[in-house]
Amino acid sequence: MSRRLKLEVLDRREFLVGASAAAAVATVVGDAHLALAQDKPPTFDETMAKILGQAKAEEGKINIDLPEIAENGNTVPYSVTVDSPMTDADHVKAIHVLSTGNPSPTIASYRFSPASGKAAVSSRMRLAKTQDIVSIAELSNGKFLMGKRTVKVTIGGCGG
Amino acid sequence: MTTKPRIKVPDTNKVGDVIEVKTLISHVMETGNRKGPDGNLVPRDLITGFTATFGGKEVFRADLTSGVSANPYISFFFKVTGAGDLELTWTGDKDFKVTEKVPIKVG
Repeated sequence: MSRRLKLEVLDRREFLVGASAAAAVATVVGDAHLALAQDKPPTFDETMAKILGQAKAEEGKINIDLPEIAENGNTVPYSVTVDSPMTDADHVKAIHVLSTGNPSPTIASYRFSPASGKAAVSSRMRLAKTQDIVSIAELSNGKFLMGKRTVKVTIGGCGG
Repeated sequence: MTTKPRIKVPDTNKVGDVIEVKTLISHVMETGNRKGPDGNLVPRDLITGFTATFGGKEVFRADLTSGVSANPYISFFFKVTGAGDLELTWTGDKDFKVTEKVPIKVG
């Protein structure tokens, strides 16, 4: 009778040791998840919020030149132009080109000054799939302009 | 391994002209998201910055990401304030740095 009691006590101790070990493992796994979340690129909405802050972007007045259908997502030519006198008092400070469907939303950010003379830039981007391209212009008076264009992508260009 | 970037500017310019500068540089622009033939991720290797200065003054700057195609082509504009050198610098991962000077002729 006494022997059986002893066994039960042991079992319970073992159970306790096992339980705390499991808890420790759970903590480690939880931390790993957190670390992964930090390494992940920001979402499109987070990127927009970071650029705009509290401000709201006005639609239009920004010209995005993009093909309607991009056969190869590896190199999609584009140009972005904003009509601006580019004087000290009134100029475009930056143009941001963002993607809604790529693994990382920012494609490029371009900075201008009155010395640029014209707020226009052309380059080539990678597109993973059919998606909207959003461009935001930051003006010297603190306002923002926004433009949007849809591109159909036949073959995605992000490897994988 | 790096080859000389290709840069095109107009041959003749006048003071006050706004001219287009076209640039092209050879670079893989490896995103860091892609797996190589061995199944491991290919490490990121990007050009992340491009600046253009004229007469010591910055006229244009770009922050590039993995969303930019390989062999980045960038075309931008700047206002000619006189004859001088346009200095273009590309910087990136793995201590990548290339600087080119382009004479801007006036007259």
